[in-house]
Amino acid sequence: MSTVSWITARGLFGRRRFLLLLPLPVLLLTLAILSRSLGVDPGEWGPAVLVGLGLAVVLPVVALIVGTGVLGAEIDDGTVVHILTKPLPRWQIILPKLAVAAGVTAVTVAVPLYVAGVLAHSVRLGVALAVAASIGSLAYCAFFVALSLLTRRPVLLGLVYVLIWEGLLGNFVSGTKVLSIQQYVIALADRIAPTEMLATNVSVPVASVMSALIAVGFTALAVDRLRSFSVAGETS
Amino acid sequence: MTTISAEPAAPATPASTLDLAGVSRWYGNVVAVNDVTMRLGPGVTGLLGPNGAGKTTLLHMMAGFLAPSRGAVTLDGSPTWRNPDVYRRLGLVSEREAVHTFLSAYEFVLASAKLHRLPDPEAAARAAIALVEMEDAQDRKIGTYSKGMRQRTRVAAALVHDPQVLLLDEPFNGMDPRQRLHMMALLHRLGDAGRTILFSSHILEEVEQVSGTVQVMVAGRLAASGDYRTIRRLMTNRPHVFRVSSTDDRALAVALMAEESVTGVELGRDGLTVRAGDYGAFTRALPKIALARSLRVRSLTPEDESLESVFSYLVGS
Repeated sequence: MSTVSWITARGLFGRRRFLLLLPLPVLLLTLAILSRSLGVDPGEWGPAVLVGLGLAVVLPVVALIVGTGVLGAEIDDGTVVHILTKPLPRWQIILPKLAVAAGVTAVTVAVPLYVAGVLAHSVRLGVALAVAASIGSLAYCAFFVALSLLTRRPVLLGLVYVLIWEGLLGNFVSGTKVLSIQQYVIALADRIAPTEMLATNVSVPVASVMSALIAVGFTALAVDRLRSFSVAGETS
Repeated sequence: MTTISAEPAAPATPASTLDLAGVSRWYGNVVAVNDVTMRLGPGVTGLLGPNGAGKTTLLHMMAGFLAPSRGAVTLDGSPTWRNPDVYRRLGLVSEREAVHTFLSAYEFVLASAKLHRLPDPEAAARAAIALVEMEDAQDRKIGTYSKGMRQRTRVAAALVHDPQVLLLDEPFNGMDPRQRLHMMALLHRLGDAGRTILFSSHILEEVEQVSGTVQVMVAGRLAASGDYRTIRRLMTNRPHVFRVSSTDDRALAVALMAEESVTGVELGRDGLTVRAGDYGAFTRALPKIALARSLRVRSLTPEDESLESVFSYLVGS
């Protein structure tokens, strides 16, 4: 494990906001287990819990907390200077941080989604959701890490993207669906395990290419922005 | 068990020079740093100036954390902006008390050593911690440290790769006099070993023990630079107004008028207002006068001790 990822992981789990990660996956699991044990028809609760809660809320919000936490939190409190005053090419800082963020997000989201998918339909759906959510984790985290370097309010802007763009506009303006990580994740999951639970809006090739483009593009952008990272003077 | 000398070894590589050539930095219409040219070589240099003079902006440009709007900052010929390689030779202790509070000092300094890819990070971390005398507390979480201890830990982390140049932004902030003395001694040891040390401060009294050169910044410009003693003399010999109260103000006023350094005395209800032509001579003479007349001085307050007045006096001379 590289020193950058070690510090990043310690910083992530050492902060109290880490606890924010727990409630949403727990809620997802609870709802799935409850619905199953009460014998509700999976066709009724499946789409709401798996997509409405799991892919539309739990995945992006966890990715937002973690993705802005690995770099944005260090920029906020100034500790990022310790890593930046080292003779490291900047990609050696961004890539480990992104890896930690995407990994933590994937584990936090994929495990409850897998269980919920199994309860709702089949092991195959569980695996499909877990795999698609992991790909989504990488795309979301790359976006939120880059956002940490583009603005001083990454959490706010990230929330606007998740809630307004993906959540609200996605329902009314069909064009925004082509630029929505959530739609890519749904399309990819449906490709791996075709069921009637996932309503896809974008094609699988579009979803794959766009996910890759977002992950690579925003990572490259983050590396470039970190090269020109400026510390704002506080006393002068 | 090996013993680690607290004395830094002489740098293996030749001394480094930090060059600023016509450096300016502005934010919109506000000019924070205005056409500063200076060359920093081995030894200790103090960067002095009141708050808002542009010291931090200048330091950030030196450390590669801010692009100059005009001019160039170079370390041994290579620019510091967008050039992480300069950190092989440069260390920075920023003003913000930003530390990973969840790590111990040893873990923190060791992480720095590893990030520098040092051949023996454990030994380097132990040596740096010994240098700042933090061995006793090195395994405690940084969150439990006092301000001075955190500062020393940060200095250790900045020194772990034995840099030729060390920049410190307000390193004495919040330190008690003993810690300040200790830090100053450390900086001098490093400077004497051939390293280029620059620290900033807005409190003149903090830099009393500096033996090196001083750069004075006022309102974004380099107002004075040179030997510390020369500048110190300029500062202490400046005309000054004091408020003095004693057991017998009238008797003291009479005695003071005979004193050469005093240019005027005004007798007020609650004490004397004394105009002194020479800060140093007056403050040395006052106790003797009081003692000779068996007077007790209740209070002595410099009237215009605000930094701005001191600095503007410096700019004028």
